Amino acid sequence: MRYLTDRKKAVGMGSAKTGTAHFWAMKVSSVALLLLVPLFVFTFGCALGGTYEEVMAYYSRPFPAIVAALTFIIGFKHFNDGAQVLIEDYVHGMAQKISLILLTCISYAAMATGVFAIAKIAL
Amino acid sequence: MAEKSAMTGGSKGTLKGFDMADVNRGNRPLSPHLSIYRPQLTSITSILTRITGNALLISALFIVWWFLAAATSEEYFNVANGVITSWFGDLVMFFSVLGLWYHTLAGIRHLIWDNAIGLDLPTAYKMGYAVLIGSVVLTVLTVVIL
Repeated sequence: MRYLTDRKKAVGMGSAKTGTAHFWAMKVSSVALLLLVPLFVFTFGCALGGTYEEVMAYYSRPFPAIVAALTFIIGFKHFNDGAQVLIEDYVHGMAQKISLILLTCISYAAMATGVFAIAKIAL
Repeated sequence: MAEKSAMTGGSKGTLKGFDMADVNRGNRPLSPHLSIYRPQLTSITSILTRITGNALLISALFIVWWFLAAATSEEYFNVANGVITSWFGDLVMFFSVLGLWYHTLAGIRHLIWDNAIGLDLPTAYKMGYAVLIGSVVLTVLTVVIL
């Protein structure tokens, strides 16, 4: 018979040592979004409801285009980091790994699509 | 020698997630969770932060689609724009703005908490009400301005 206490199981394993980086990334992106979100809401809100020509003209201007592109990049990174914690809390094992990979795909695909669209309209 | 083979067997058992010190693994009572606690302002505002943050994906994807359509052609833009400015689109956008301001204010609360400030119950409750009321006020302001 072999006895392995909980303490003995944990000794030497150490922490994952990546928690701080995730926490800090979340903090940086949330502070950035504190500025970007109001700017995006009120620039996008201005454009929404306009005709095709009006929207194209509006997003050909540097300021609304840069705000929208930055919001997509930082917003979807922030979403990815936040939803990662949601998955890690509720989904475990192989399903967790698959969910995290799918999440990464969705986040970066949406980010790239948004930035491409803005670039195409603006340039 | 007999002991050694027993130990080898033991470590195999550990690989399967079973060992003698932990016979009840997977069969132990959990600490009290959602089913036992009365909902409180602190717990409700906490879960709402997570719900709003993740639900915002839906409107974010809607908006990305709208931009992609605008970048593609006028016909495609009219399709996406028609959906997003329909009564249903308006409803989604309205609740997204509410969720967005809620998540923003709740995020500010977390940034304050990160400095070990406002963690006592009276302050946590005050900030909780501020987040709830503030998000409604900001949503009304946004609808009025836009």
